[in-house]
Amino acid sequence: MNEPVVVDLATSSVRALNAELHAPGAKSYEVRSPQGAHAIAAGVDSEITVDVRGHVGYYAAGMNDGGRITVHGNAGTGVAENMMSGTVRVTGDASQSAGATAHGGLLVIEGSASMRCGISMKGVDIVVGGDIGPMSAFMAQAGRLVVCGNAGDDLGDSIYEARIYVRGTVGSLGADCVEKQMRPEHLTELRDLLAEAGLDHDPAQFRRYGSARRLYHFTSGNTY
Amino acid sequence: MSTEPTHPVSGDGRSSDYRHSRGLRESATFDRATIAGIQRAAATGVYDIRGWGAKRPLPHFDDLLFLGASMSRYPLEGYRERCDTDIVLGDRNARSPLHLATPVTIAGMSFGALSAQAKEALGRGASEVGTSTTTGDGGMTPEERGQSTHLVYQYLPSRYGMNPTDLRKADAIEIVLGQGAKPGGGGMLLGQKISERVAGMRTLPAGIDQRSACRHPDWTGPDDLAIKILELREITDWEKPVYVKIGASRTYYDVKLAVASGADVVVVDGMQGGTAATQDVFIEHVGIPTLAAIPQAVQALQELGLHRRVQLIVSGGIRTGADVAKAMALGADAVAIGTAALIALGDNDPRYAEEYRELGSDAGFYDDFQDGRDPAGITTQDPELAARLDPVEGGRRLANYLRVLTLEAQTIARACGKAHLQHLEPEDLVALTIEAAAMARVPLAGTSWIPGA
Repeated sequence: MNEPVVVDLATSSVRALNAELHAPGAKSYEVRSPQGAHAIAAGVDSEITVDVRGHVGYYAAGMNDGGRITVHGNAGTGVAENMMSGTVRVTGDASQSAGATAHGGLLVIEGSASMRCGISMKGVDIVVGGDIGPMSAFMAQAGRLVVCGNAGDDLGDSIYEARIYVRGTVGSLGADCVEKQMRPEHLTELRDLLAEAGLDHDPAQFRRYGSARRLYHFTSGNTY
Repeated sequence: MSTEPTHPVSGDGRSSDYRHSRGLRESATFDRATIAGIQRAAATGVYDIRGWGAKRPLPHFDDLLFLGASMSRYPLEGYRERCDTDIVLGDRNARSPLHLATPVTIAGMSFGALSAQAKEALGRGASEVGTSTTTGDGGMTPEERGQSTHLVYQYLPSRYGMNPTDLRKADAIEIVLGQGAKPGGGGMLLGQKISERVAGMRTLPAGIDQRSACRHPDWTGPDDLAIKILELREITDWEKPVYVKIGASRTYYDVKLAVASGADVVVVDGMQGGTAATQDVFIEHVGIPTLAAIPQAVQALQELGLHRRVQLIVSGGIRTGADVAKAMALGADAVAIGTAALIALGDNDPRYAEEYRELGSDAGFYDDFQDGRDPAGITTQDPELAARLDPVEGGRRLANYLRVLTLEAQTIARACGKAHLQHLEPEDLVALTIEAAAMARVPLAGTSWIPGA
C-alpha cells in the first residue's frame, strides 16, 4: 500500500485539508497536529482513508459519505454527524451528539460517548465500547446502537424504529422506549455488529430496547 | 376589533338583519369562533391543529402609508425611469452569492406538507421571474431542484432527508431555528400525509403522525452554531451563502446572535407567517407581528455595522407590492412569501367552494392543511387531488403574481423618488395608528411623534 499523504495542521489549514479531501489526489491521508480543530475531514465523499493523529473538535468526519476515517484520540461534539456511508472510528472518548442524524455507515467509539449519542439517528450503526450519556438515541428513527457499557437516563426517548442493545445497566428509559425480547435474528445482527467493530463480547450479555410505538399517533391519551 | 358577525348569512340561513332586528348581540369575548372552539375541545379532548398563520387582527403593513414625493422630494417617472429590483444575498462569506432579479422570494415549504406538483409549480414560477425557492422540512425533491434556478436548502432540527449530495446541489443553505407561526416549536406532519414517498424521504414508517424536533440535535447555542456554520461551509468548500431563519420573538437579540454565529443572511418570520400544521393556540399566542420584528432586526444589524452586508429577509403576511415596499423601507433587503404563493397557485380558490364546504370550511377560510384533503391539490399527498394542480399553469400564475408584486413595489419606489427598491427608507413612511408607529418606529401620520422613541 502506498504511503499516506501527510497533512500537518500545525502548518496547514483545516480549509486546505478539507478541500484536498473533497478532491483527493491520494487514497490515504494522515492528519497530524489536529489540535482539537473543528470540522476536520468533514464532507469526505469518496472511499479514502484518513487517520487523524490526536484529538479533534466538533463535527469531525461530519456528513462522511464513504470515507474510512479514524480519530486516534478523543472527539468533540457531533463526530460523524449525518454520516451517509463509510466508517468512522474514535479510539478514545466522544463528546455529545456522536453520530447525530446519521443515515448510514458505521461509527465505532472505543471509549465512552457523552449525552445524546445517536440522537435522531436515521440508519447508522453505532457501537460504543464503553458507556453512553443521558438522552441517547432521542427520536432515533432507524439503525442500531450498541453499548458495551452502561447507558444514562432517558435512553431512547420518543424513539421510532431504531434498535438499541445495551450490555450493562440503563439509568432509565425515555418516553415510549421499552425493553424488548432478544430473538435469534437480534443475536445474529448484534454478533455481526460487534465483529465489525472489532469487539468480542458475547451477544447473550446484551438486552434490547426499542419503541413501544405508543406515540405514533396524536391522541388525548399521550400523557408524555 | 369588530364584534359584528362577518358573514351576512350564517349556516342556519338566519341573516345578520334578523339578529339586528331582534337586538341579538354577539359577545366580543365569547364570539362564535371561540364558542365553537370550546365546543370542539369538549367533544374531542384534543387541541386544534391547523395550517395558515395568525388569523387575529394585528398591527401590520396596512397601518403604514408612504409619503410620496412632492415639493421637497423628486419623483421618478412611472414605467419609464429606471427603478431596479435586483438583489444580492449572501456576499459576506460565500464564493457564490445569490443574485435575484426581484426581492420577493419563496419561503420554505416542505414536500410532504405540499404535493410534488405544488413544489414544482413554485419552482417554475420563481425561476420564471428570477427568484429563489426554499425546500422546507423533508429534503430536496428532484422536481424542485429541477425547476428552481435558485434553490435554498433548509437545514432543520429534524434533518429529514439531509445529505451532503443535496447540500452541494443547493444554491444556499438556510439553518432554521424556528418560524413565525411557532417560535420555539417543532413541526408535525400528520399520518394522512405521510405517503410511502414522504416516509421514505424522512426515514419513518408510512402513516404515522410525525414530529419534527424543536431543537437541533448537535448544537445548543450561538457559540455552537458558529461551529456548525463553519462545518457546513467546510463541507461545501465555502461556496454557498448560509442563512439563519428565526421566528420573530426576541428579534433584536436573536439577530445579533445569528450574525455573531456567522450568518450571511438573516431571515425573520413574523407571527402571520404560515405553517402546514401547528396547534392553533401556538399560532395565535406565541411570537410577535412582522411589523414589530423588522425594526428590531434592522437595529441589531445597524449596531453591528452590518446592515446591508448581512442581508435581512422578512416574511409573515406579505401580500402586495405595498407590503414588499414597506418591509424594504423599514430596512429589509428582501421578503419571502408562503401563504400568498399558495393562494396564487390556487389555494382557497372560490371554484372549490363546494368541496371546501364538504370539509367543513369554505373558500377563503380553508386552513386544514394538516388534513391532506386539499381540493386545490396543493397541501396534499393524495395522488388524485395532487393531480388537480397543473405545475405549468400553477407556475405561470405564481410568476404573474410575483411580477405584480414587483411592479407594485416599483410604482411606490418611483413615487418616493427611488431608483432602486433598496433605496426606500423609514423616512418614506408614516403610521396610521399609535401601535403601528411604536412598532415600526415611524411617526404617526401628520405628527413627528414616534411613541417610545
